Amino acid sequence: MTLVDTRTPDPKRLVPGATGDWEIIIGLEVHAQVTSNSKLFSGASTTFGNQANSNVSLVDAAMPGMLPVINEECVAQAVRTGLGLKAQINNRSVFDRKNYFYPDLPQGYQISQFKDPIVGEGEIIISVGPDRQGNFEDIEIGIERLHLEQDAGKSMHDQHPSMSYVDLNRSGVALMEIVSKPDMRSADEAKAYVTKLRSILRYLGTCDGNMDEGSLRADVNVSVRKPGGEFGTRCEIKNVNSIRFIGQAVDYEARRQIAIIEDGGTIEQETRLFDPGKGETRSMRSKEDAHDYRYFPDPDLLPLEFDQAFVDALKANLPELPDDKKARFVAEMGLSVYDASILVSEKAIADYFEEVAAGRDGKMAANWIINDLLGALNKSGKGIEETPVSPAQLGGVIDLIKDGTISGKIAKDLFEIIWEEGGDPAEVVESRGMKQVTDTGAIEKAVDDVIGANPDQVAKVQAKPALAGWFVGQVMKATGGKANPKAVQNLVKAKLGIED
Amino acid sequence: MTDLTRLTIAQARDEMNKGTFSSLDLTDAYLAAIDAANPAINAYVKITPDKAREMAKASDTRRAGGTAGALEGIPLGIKDLYATQGVHTQACSHVLDGFEPRYESTVTANLWADGAVMLGKLNMDEFAMGSSNETSYYGPVINPWRAEGSNANLVPGGSSGGSAAAVAALLCAGATATDTGGSIRQPAAFTGTVGIKPTYGRCSRWGIAAFASSLDQAGPIARDVRDAAILLKSMASVDDKDTTSVDLPVPDYEAALGGSVKGLKIGIPREYRIEGMPAEIDALWQQGIAWLKDAGAEIVDIELPHTKYALPAYYIVAPAEASSNLARYDGVRYGLRVPGKDIAEMYEKTRAEGFGEEVKRRIMIGTYVLSAGYYDAYYLRAQKVRTLIKRDFELAFDAGVDAILTPATPSSAFAIGDVNLASDPVKMYLNDIFTVTVNMAGLPGIAVPAGLDPQGLPLGLQLIGRPFEEETLFKTAHVIEQAAGRFEPKKWW
Repeated sequence: MTLVDTRTPDPKRLVPGATGDWEIIIGLEVHAQVTSNSKLFSGASTTFGNQANSNVSLVDAAMPGMLPVINEECVAQAVRTGLGLKAQINNRSVFDRKNYFYPDLPQGYQISQFKDPIVGEGEIIISVGPDRQGNFEDIEIGIERLHLEQDAGKSMHDQHPSMSYVDLNRSGVALMEIVSKPDMRSADEAKAYVTKLRSILRYLGTCDGNMDEGSLRADVNVSVRKPGGEFGTRCEIKNVNSIRFIGQAVDYEARRQIAIIEDGGTIEQETRLFDPGKGETRSMRSKEDAHDYRYFPDPDLLPLEFDQAFVDALKANLPELPDDKKARFVAEMGLSVYDASILVSEKAIADYFEEVAAGRDGKMAANWIINDLLGALNKSGKGIEETPVSPAQLGGVIDLIKDGTISGKIAKDLFEIIWEEGGDPAEVVESRGMKQVTDTGAIEKAVDDVIGANPDQVAKVQAKPALAGWFVGQVMKATGGKANPKAVQNLVKAKLGIED
Repeated sequence: MTDLTRLTIAQARDEMNKGTFSSLDLTDAYLAAIDAANPAINAYVKITPDKAREMAKASDTRRAGGTAGALEGIPLGIKDLYATQGVHTQACSHVLDGFEPRYESTVTANLWADGAVMLGKLNMDEFAMGSSNETSYYGPVINPWRAEGSNANLVPGGSSGGSAAAVAALLCAGATATDTGGSIRQPAAFTGTVGIKPTYGRCSRWGIAAFASSLDQAGPIARDVRDAAILLKSMASVDDKDTTSVDLPVPDYEAALGGSVKGLKIGIPREYRIEGMPAEIDALWQQGIAWLKDAGAEIVDIELPHTKYALPAYYIVAPAEASSNLARYDGVRYGLRVPGKDIAEMYEKTRAEGFGEEVKRRIMIGTYVLSAGYYDAYYLRAQKVRTLIKRDFELAFDAGVDAILTPATPSSAFAIGDVNLASDPVKMYLNDIFTVTVNMAGLPGIAVPAGLDPQGLPLGLQLIGRPFEEETLFKTAHVIEQAAGRFEPKKWW
């Protein structure tokens, strides 16, 4: 692959060093486990967390005479992903063998795609920000390729004092290796890229994106250079398994490389590991120790070929992707780009929003979700999947505001009650007497009481009509917030003889 | 009762249908013959008498119930490369010590489904790598044939030496074999038996330990052309578990026998007239041409110009695939494990002890030709040669040639432990010179006995056909067989 620099050095992304500014160059290889019931070349289950070596077929264990048979669903998933990345779909691709010895690699080779991958060049638009002015910046990150390959098994070194155990449940599970171009220039961009990629995969349903289960992991390639100069020597940080760690690894690695170069040293091309405990990378193997994988086309598998109709059918049934959804939220529901961006960041949030907004005021639904629901989730460390307030419940709260049953302020209390205790919003309002008072007689009495008890304020308000707000506040307080604020305001003004 | 082991499959089948004897009678006769001969011939590495009798009894029950299959009650020997459930399956390698699979290869499953009986597992070159059956961990197979007036032991050829020797010595009615570069046809020629390597994809490779995946094909070795046709009909099938198997109907090959070859165009490739070819081989070839001409075939000279590159290209492609295919024998999951201080040492010790010299040589050649910096010069080039070889054949067939006649081997069987060959692997590899092209092109090829050399040792002719036109090969080979007669070794064991 020839490296093409697609970006102009931007001062705000440079990092300072002792000898001036530096630019960080980042490319990512993301391994995404394909969502499928069975493995790439065998019928064994892909269920996570089963007992060790229970999801293993004869093929996965590489018994003599076993042959791989391609799982068509995995092919469809790779094509869907390629379409989601607006990438070139290759109707003919080839599986190769990548040869190396490791106990958790039973065949002694991994079936992968080397020269002719199933998906070629594509792109992802990432959004970085907000900056101090609250603006987001959209950046296009190139995709170099996507190919299908087998995952390895797992070596377990903590089961026996002197031996290692092998669990082959993961052996042969389908992975998509998605390779970016070296288009990222900061840890934030790298994090935004993985976040966006994960979001696209989840929208497509081609990978669950669960990084803590290892379904999504990244090899991070980092190099540094003087702004606009030649690309530097890169180091590859293997298997980073959280978005936060990706950011930390990039920052640490960039600082390490800058320090070496500024001390007069040179960067050795090598493979490194990220230690999350220490927040640092350390050397795993140098270029000299690199394997010679002896790639060659797998003679057990014919080239993978499909016609355009296969691709077209998948394309026709592709779900709406985050960028399109965002545009629709802005155009059709009147949301701000900022709000729409937040709502589409996760498919589950967008789905939640659409359910709440159905037949309701979109902007109001967006505000409640962004300010109240996501705020509360964030505070309690929960994801949208674990929300105690369902879309129907939040919709119910909004309906009660809309029909004047409760005020916006009471609604916040109602939301909290639903969050803590659950229940139907209308019933909660009814049983707790939270209904807004619209009975003019009751409000009038409260207004009269406040005016009667505060002759000093009555005198002042004649000189400064804006002080009417104070009376409104007192009445609201006296009614426990249940009075209709609009009705209170009208009555106060009328009683005090203030003209609108 | 006459010696039942002298009957061909077709004869035994017909007699059992008449009720002359049972499968158990036939099976017992073979088991007795094996007991008597195997210490001398070493064709079987595992004899399964209990299983054989059990299968024979079940077969007799089926026949009595009127549901006899195409191979009902026929006792067969199975090459050790085929996975047979619960039975010794070690590719005659030390590295697979004790391996008994939980699965049955598709080809053997097809045979059992047609009623056949398994006598045991047959000796072979380790992982099918060899042309003399001397690389087996279980020791060499001795050819039932000896030169006239000599007691010297000869090789049966390889890698399916056990299959060929067992058929020639009447230790089974027929045998399965495999052919990657000539491993069916060369031993058939060395033992006066018939062996066919069908078109690549005709038989499933599932459950057959892989040597070189793009070249390996299963096929039978039998006493005559008819038996080979009967066996292949049962062995062949498409298989969902082998995506390189081909979904074409399997014809009734036996029905093709006796058909006329009148007007059939037989190609004679000038490039197969190699330098230093023994006179008797050339004479045999001319004899074969004469027989076919007499039968009404049209003989045409053809050119296969890339033939001379076939052997070197084969010895790049086959070891390259083998080096990868044999990586799974690492001591981790099954077979031999020689402990080491760490995983790397365990691998090294297991593989050093588990593999024989020839297998190690090919793993090293294969690893070398796939290495960074050498891939283009060797592997890629060899693949290009392969394409050209294939095209040579296509052009000949496009020009109307129906089959190609060549010698099967450049010589008759040679001596066990031939110092000349042992010291120079390339000389040994030259045994495959007439056969590897067929594997490289994925075509069907049959070896049929055609005469004896001056020492009284059998020689074979090879017919090469169009893809999936095995019927033409059976028909034509049958004509040669009719003209040449059958050849049997004198019993000395």
